[in-house]
Amino acid sequence: MGHLIEVRGVRFFYPSAGAAEGRRTALDGVDLTVDEGEWVAVVGANGSGKSTLAKHLNALLLPAEGEVRVDGKSTRDPVHLWTIRRTVGMVFQNPDNQIVASLVEEDVAFGPENLGLPPEEIRRRIASSLAAVGMGDFARRAPYQLSGGQKQRVAIAGVLAMQPRCIVLDEATAMLDPAGRQEVLQAVERLRRERGIAVVMITHFMDEVAHADRLVVLSGGRVVADDSPRAVLARAEEVAQLGLEVPQVSELALELRREGLPLPADLIAPQELVEALCRLRSST
Amino acid sequence: MPDALTIGHYVPGDSVVHRLDSRVKLLLTMAYVIVLFFAVRPGAYAVLALLPLAGYLLARLPLRMVWQGLRPVVAVLLLTLILNALMTPGHPLYRIGRLAVTAEGLQVGVEMAVRLILLMVTSTLLTLTTSPIELTDGIESLLRPFRRLGVPAHELAMMMTIALRFIPTLLEEAQNILKAQQARGADFETGNLLRRARAMIPLLVPLFVGAFRRADELATAMEARCYHGGEGRTRYREYRIARSDWVAAAVTAAALLFVLVDRALGV
Ligand SMILES: Nc1ncnc2c1ncn2[C@@H]1O[C@H](COP(=O)(O)OP(=O)(O)OP(=O)(O)O)[C@@H](O)[C@H]1O
Ligand SMILES: [Mg+2]
Repeated sequence: MGHLIEVRGVRFFYPSAGAAEGRRTALDGVDLTVDEGEWVAVVGANGSGKSTLAKHLNALLLPAEGEVRVDGKSTRDPVHLWTIRRTVGMVFQNPDNQIVASLVEEDVAFGPENLGLPPEEIRRRIASSLAAVGMGDFARRAPYQLSGGQKQRVAIAGVLAMQPRCIVLDEATAMLDPAGRQEVLQAVERLRRERGIAVVMITHFMDEVAHADRLVVLSGGRVVADDSPRAVLARAEEVAQLGLEVPQVSELALELRREGLPLPADLIAPQELVEALCRLRSST
Repeated sequence: MPDALTIGHYVPGDSVVHRLDSRVKLLLTMAYVIVLFFAVRPGAYAVLALLPLAGYLLARLPLRMVWQGLRPVVAVLLLTLILNALMTPGHPLYRIGRLAVTAEGLQVGVEMAVRLILLMVTSTLLTLTTSPIELTDGIESLLRPFRRLGVPAHELAMMMTIALRFIPTLLEEAQNILKAQQARGADFETGNLLRRARAMIPLLVPLFVGAFRRADELATAMEARCYHGGEGRTRYREYRIARSDWVAAAVTAAALLFVLVDRALGV
């Protein structure tokens, strides 16, 4: 069966006056797949190419070499451009710079309006998308009256209204407080559970990756790890060398192992560490 | 803070005037402003004054808003009155040195002032009772027939939409930068004009840099949401001309016609 998104050998360069050959390599041969309904977390140090990769997933950028296919269609083919962009929705970091209209419902309508849908259908989608992210009561509000978490949920609703099969979040929680991050994560998790929408989540917060199906680590424009979060985080020391924070639990477990406690290497949730420690205690 | 800067001071409401179609309101206001300059006799002015008055009452807006709408132009009004009174040649009523207030001048001055007052009061009624979004949609819809002549109707409307959306954001940012600079000892309040203007540079530079970054990110976000101009784009809001629109148009048309006929007969 084909993958929903398939990235094959993608290389991408930004023009750069200072760099060699006048260009800077942002992606250096990336392979990646995303399946229907899958949750893929992507992490990597600053400048490792995460945003560049994200923009390749819905044809905002086109690969210099290699190919990106969405639902089997190449992003290079202009015929498929709008199909691809409505299939893969994108939520960006700064909520203030992606909301277009001064009324929440009007912003949610923006995507469907661009698709040329009939007005009744757009109104139905506004209502169902806002309800799906728990913002149903805010349709007639102005975005500047909302909190950061609420604004990001409006942005998600705006993407949802185009009925995508995958949502890419590029550090969408980076500018939010812990409560706002929680709101957004829960909204995304619900969409995946209830509507089977695949999620590609780019994040700096390692605590957010534990629940993903797969964790992809980028470094210098290459994929250096692509496995279950448990398997990747078990290589905690390696991960730390890539300039990434390890989740606090994994770090604590690592320290304890260094001190000689026989703990398993793949602990990623606080509960697991607690249980492992309890087992250790009862066995001595 | 952003409440103080809602453009045109739209007052949300559910009155008949609020519910009139924005295109109808725009067209009627435009017709009114044109006819205003054909009025000559006091009777015509009385009829013209009744229209916005009825509008304010029907919209259930407090009449002090009439005054609020006029406040910014009081200086212009006075200047119009004085200059006209002094500069128009005619029978001198009162002499101040080499200048003289003439009867004709006084009449022209008062007339111009009344016209300006009515113009302000009526256009304020439009913005008080029509949300910026409806205004934008109305302007786009009215300009659409002129697209063949090269009028970028959709682009203008999209620019207005985005400007409206970003005004509160940019003002908030300006305020933050201002506070940050003041905390570092910047002084925006003392000194002559040049000095104060120069003190604004560290405020404006980051503001502009920020605005360009925002514009760039917004453009990407709009593209990601399939924006490709006005071609093939639909709107979720539908506007229909209702009976109240016809009534408002008929009443206004009758009043304006009266003014025009009055002039034709009077001159
Ligand atoms: N518009 C651009 N023009 C030139 N170079 C760019 C541009 N955008 C990114 N780069 C460069 O490309 C590389 C990858 O950038 P990218 O934004 O994809 O990284 P990232 O992993 O998203 O980083 P961050 O964590 O800071 O968001 C970096 O070296 C960056 O400096
Ligand atoms: Mg980035």
